[in-house]
Amino acid sequence: MATELGPTPVKPASGTPDVHHGPKGVGEDNRILSQGKWASWLLAPTVIALGVVIVYPIISAIVMSFQKDAGLDPVTGLFTAGGPAGIQNYVNWLGQQCAAPGGGTVACPPGTLGGQFWTATGTTFLFTVITVAFETVLGFWMAMIMARTFKGRGLVRAAVLVPWAIPTAVTAQLWLFMFDFNGIINKLFNASILWTGSEWPAKWAVIIADTWKTTPFMALLILAGLQMIPAEVYEASKVDGASAWQRFRLITLPLVKPALMVAILFRTLDALRMFDLPYILTGGANNTTTLSILVINQIRQGFNSAAALSTITFLIIFLVAFIFVRFLGANVVEQSGATGKGKK
Amino acid sequence: MKTPRFLLPAATAGVLAISLTACGGGGGGGTTGGGSDAEANLDSRGPITYVQGKDNSNVVRPLIEKWNAAHPDEKVTFKEQTDQADQQHDDLVQNFQAKNADYDVASVDVVWTAEFAAKGWLQPLKDKMAVETDGMLEPTVEAGSYKGTLYAAPVSSDGGILYYRKDLVPEAPKTWAEMMEMCSIAKQNNMGCYSGQFKQYEGLTVNASEAINSAGGSVLDDEGKPNLNTPEAEEGLNNLVEAFKNGNIPAEAITYQEEESRRAFQEGKLLFLRNWPYVYNLATTEGSSQVKDVLGMAALPGKDGPGASSLGGHSAAISVYSDHKATALDFVKFLIEEEQQKFFATQGSLAPVFGALYEDQELVSKLPYLPVLKTSIENAVPRPVTPFYPAVTQAIQENAYAALKGEKPAKDALADMQKSIESAGAGS
Repeated sequence: MATELGPTPVKPASGTPDVHHGPKGVGEDNRILSQGKWASWLLAPTVIALGVVIVYPIISAIVMSFQKDAGLDPVTGLFTAGGPAGIQNYVNWLGQQCAAPGGGTVACPPGTLGGQFWTATGTTFLFTVITVAFETVLGFWMAMIMARTFKGRGLVRAAVLVPWAIPTAVTAQLWLFMFDFNGIINKLFNASILWTGSEWPAKWAVIIADTWKTTPFMALLILAGLQMIPAEVYEASKVDGASAWQRFRLITLPLVKPALMVAILFRTLDALRMFDLPYILTGGANNTTTLSILVINQIRQGFNSAAALSTITFLIIFLVAFIFVRFLGANVVEQSGATGKGKK
Repeated sequence: MKTPRFLLPAATAGVLAISLTACGGGGGGGTTGGGSDAEANLDSRGPITYVQGKDNSNVVRPLIEKWNAAHPDEKVTFKEQTDQADQQHDDLVQNFQAKNADYDVASVDVVWTAEFAAKGWLQPLKDKMAVETDGMLEPTVEAGSYKGTLYAAPVSSDGGILYYRKDLVPEAPKTWAEMMEMCSIAKQNNMGCYSGQFKQYEGLTVNASEAINSAGGSVLDDEGKPNLNTPEAEEGLNNLVEAFKNGNIPAEAITYQEEESRRAFQEGKLLFLRNWPYVYNLATTEGSSQVKDVLGMAALPGKDGPGASSLGGHSAAISVYSDHKATALDFVKFLIEEEQQKFFATQGSLAPVFGALYEDQELVSKLPYLPVLKTSIENAVPRPVTPFYPAVTQAIQENAYAALKGEKPAKDALADMQKSIESAGAGS
């Protein structure tokens, strides 16, 4: 908010000529000047609040990530401050190196958090790609249905939103009961799958639960995009004899693309931070540990190393967002930029 | 001239952020002994706060009311946390880290004591601040101590119990081998034989440590160094691995936490169950329970006699940052008086820490599992006492889980545990 509002009071002030003016201009000039001053002081609380809740934690985390974690003094048995670490924390995570008993580092043995970095990164991306793909297809389909006019449309729209309205922790607990060995899913399909106890079933359990939960969000955003398309375009194409498939491919898809890209971007960034579902369903076992789970587990073992990991996670997510906006979502940005320029 | 004026607020914010960061960086880096804090306010009296997880069975409030009635000038306020152990832990860490003087007395899980003590957050309970521990069960005192000093006074205890079906098993097995032989009875009755908690979580650390300790091994040696490359540890973990392999432990037990295993036992799907004392009440009173009248209880089976249970329970610790330590100490002593211990047991099913109370007729008639639990706790081994507990439990869970699933032999799993724990302690 502040960045949007910021320039407005500045503009008239900076546009004001110097104080040497005709007698007429002086009063106006002072008023504008004091207005600008006022505005900047009024904005100060917001700027300070943003600084405290956003800038401070980020800088603090980055500063911490260059510190060593507290070590144990073998004589007193007390923890002592670790001191500066340089980029060692980052090197350790990326190279999966852990402290060695005699000093220096070794490749992290299984059972340490450090040894899970790359598998956790892989798992996070696997979940992201598969869930977002499912959610896009299902969400599109649901949006197409909801966009039609039929009796009980309001009811359908409300019903579709239910999974999105349930808190994720509750969703996870519900699915945990259903995926129980003696739970409804195994009973229904007469199977005896250890859903949370073996690798691929555990991954699918997370993917299914996440898709169930967030498809409505996707559907809603796409629906908004669909409703922007004027009905006349369809009518005209019908008159021209376009088939249903042609109408979908040549009209719906290109026109809904901006909304679709935004929806996919949101969901991708969201999925990259996935935490509650796998944490409650599997506790991170069976290779379902995501980067966020790794960060939380690491916080209990050492803040500074966790700060380095969360900075790495932040950079990864930022990179993905950048790629999206720069290459895939280029249209969205250009279009909004173009309309912005047009207004000026 | 104008530009700086407009930038002033923003610059203020920036400077503020940077100066805050400087403080945070120093404080977050680590903690030193806190020697001076530990000597301050020892004689000071006044109102204090007691911090504990959710008071589900309403035992803490009546006790605090009782205390407040007797000490109008030194009133205790109850700060109730959530019922999630992880969240309680993190809440305590945050407040101790911030040197919060309002966290005077805190209820500390046995596995956190070493970590908090090593951070210098807990008042050593010695000299002027000493608490009498005569008559307390030895393992509970051990679990409240770090490097030979008591840091947290044991308030309640907990140990594993072997539940079994009296109707099918004539006499409870005393050793693991005996129990495995009895599994043929389970097969005849078309049910699973044994289960504990084997999902990858804290419960697996409990069960794997019990297996290792019961076979004569140990996770850490007396100096706190890992000691897992031993034949005893291998035998212990292998007992579980083998039982999974030959079906004596049903395959679905790899997904069990306490509640899942209790339900399976109550539904008549298991012959033996390792669980905590809370099961007794539910298994004998719940309408759906099929084991109401045939519930047997015994100490965990070991190698030649009773096995080594993992120890649970809570202790009361005084923060070094407390302003009124004399009051805090009196309140801790009050919590472990016999009368309060009995109230904890009858009202909250919390096992007492004094051995004598386990023979108290009144208590035993209400809680028939007490004699069995006493054997369990007397033979209990605290879970590894180490300031690196979060890393140690992670190492045990992940590797034991892989071994139970047959992904690697017990021996390799133990070697990996050893290396992971060594690495955790090598950070200094």
